[in-house]
Parts: sequence; C-alpha cells; structure tokens
Amino acid sequence: MFALGLGVSGMTDANKVIGFLNLAGDWDPSLAFVMVGAIGVHLIFYRLILRRKSPLFDDAFHIPTRRDITPKLVGGAALFGVGWGLGGFCPGPGLVSLAGLGSSAGVFVACMLAGMVFQKALHRPIG
Amino acid sequence: MTSILWATAGGGIIGLAASWLLLAKGRTAGISGIIGGLLSKWNDQSSWRWSFLLGLLVGGGILMATLPQAIAGPESRSLTLVAVAGGIVGYGTRLGGGCTSGHGVCGLTRFSPRSLVATLVFMATGFVTATLIGVFA
Repeated sequence: MFALGLGVSGMTDANKVIGFLNLAGDWDPSLAFVMVGAIGVHLIFYRLILRRKSPLFDDAFHIPTRRDITPKLVGGAALFGVGWGLGGFCPGPGLVSLAGLGSSAGVFVACMLAGMVFQKALHRPIG
Repeated sequence: MTSILWATAGGGIIGLAASWLLLAKGRTAGISGIIGGLLSKWNDQSSWRWSFLLGLLVGGGILMATLPQAIAGPESRSLTLVAVAGGIVGYGTRLGGGCTSGHGVCGLTRFSPRSLVATLVFMATGFVTATLIGVFA
C-alpha cells in the first residue's frame, strides 16, 4: 500500500522530485501535497489507534519518544536533504523503484545501504 | 491541478499505509528506520521489517504493471552523482534518525519537535541543493 501511495503521488518519479526541489526553472509544487495528504489521513487514524492498549499483532506500541534536538539530528537531516536534492531519491521511492530494474535505482539503493552501514560503523568503533 | 490531486491522493494512501502499520504492529513507517533496523540485527524479531520491505518491492512490481510511468530515474543526473547521492542519503538518514516518511509523515503527525526540525532542515537543504544544480549545472 505504501509503495502504491508513493507511485500514485509521483514520489517514485525522480524527475518530478527534482522538479519540485529545484526552485529555479519550471517549478512543480505538486509534491508538497503528498505530505499534506499523508499527514491529513494519518493524523485521523493515529489518534484513534492510540486509544487502544496495544496493536493488533504486538504487545505494545513502539513509537519514538525522544524530544531532544541534537547536532546529529540537524546534521543528519541536512545531509539527507543534500542527497535527496542530488539524486531525486529518498529511501522509500528508491526501494520501490528497484522494481523498474533501472540502473539508477539499483545504484542508489546499493550506495544508500553502504552509507547506512558506514554511519553505523563510525558510530560504534570496533573493539 | 490533476498533478496536485494525484499527489494528495497518493499521500493519502501513504497515510493509510502508515496507519495500518501502526495499528497492526505498533510501529512508525519510517523507511530509513525500517532498513536501518535490519542492518543492525537480522534476528527473528525484525520479521515485520522484512515483510514491509518485501511489500515495497511487490508494490513496485504492481506499479510497473499498472502505472509504469510512475517510476523513473533522474534523467538529469549521472550514475556517479546518483551513487554519491545514495551514500549521503544512507549516512544522513541514519545520523538524523529518519527521512521523509519517518520524520515528515509519522513524526509530524505526532507533533514531534525533533521531526519538525528535521523536516524543515532536510526540506531546506533539498531545495538548496537541487536549485543550485538547476542553476549552475
């Protein structure tokens, strides 16, 4: 369902994403509405769902609780945005696009996984 | 106008999917987190993550069969640039603890201050990066 949502919304079209993030030239603002639609719907169900004591198929809810703003948060987000603007892919669309068997999606996902492993390795030194 | 309708509708479907994951397994649908969690531990408890990722691929397959024009790689970017972009996205999402789905959709829904900051920051650097390339490249 998530993948279909991404596809219908246009997020899996890297050219459309770049058209949205590139404010110069022919600006395409439509992708801004993806988040509007997503949050709009999720917000309604979120409140209803959290009235339950537990999820359907698990013992407890696992929702992040941190509220601190840290340099890692800001730095990480900044970097993510740079990568997103560079390639036009973010993680979800990248994975979904693998189904298209295109080289750019494959290259993106492989390098993304490498980047994730690298970050984990840096954060936790060996020994 | 139709573009905006598709975007909103697609977003709504994403919202539904995230809601279902929350109801079913009590988890937030942050893709970078789901992948990252698998990179950390491959044990049985992560099986919902595998299912979700498999679902993303299956969904991709369905898109290719029904709406193939929805999936497209960036025509204006070389493979080298895409590779670099991938590495940065991978590193950045793990460092920052989320991406457009984790912080942007799920985090903002919870009114998380961390997600608000993260979303504003990655939107800003996203706009700046793509615009700079658009202007100078």
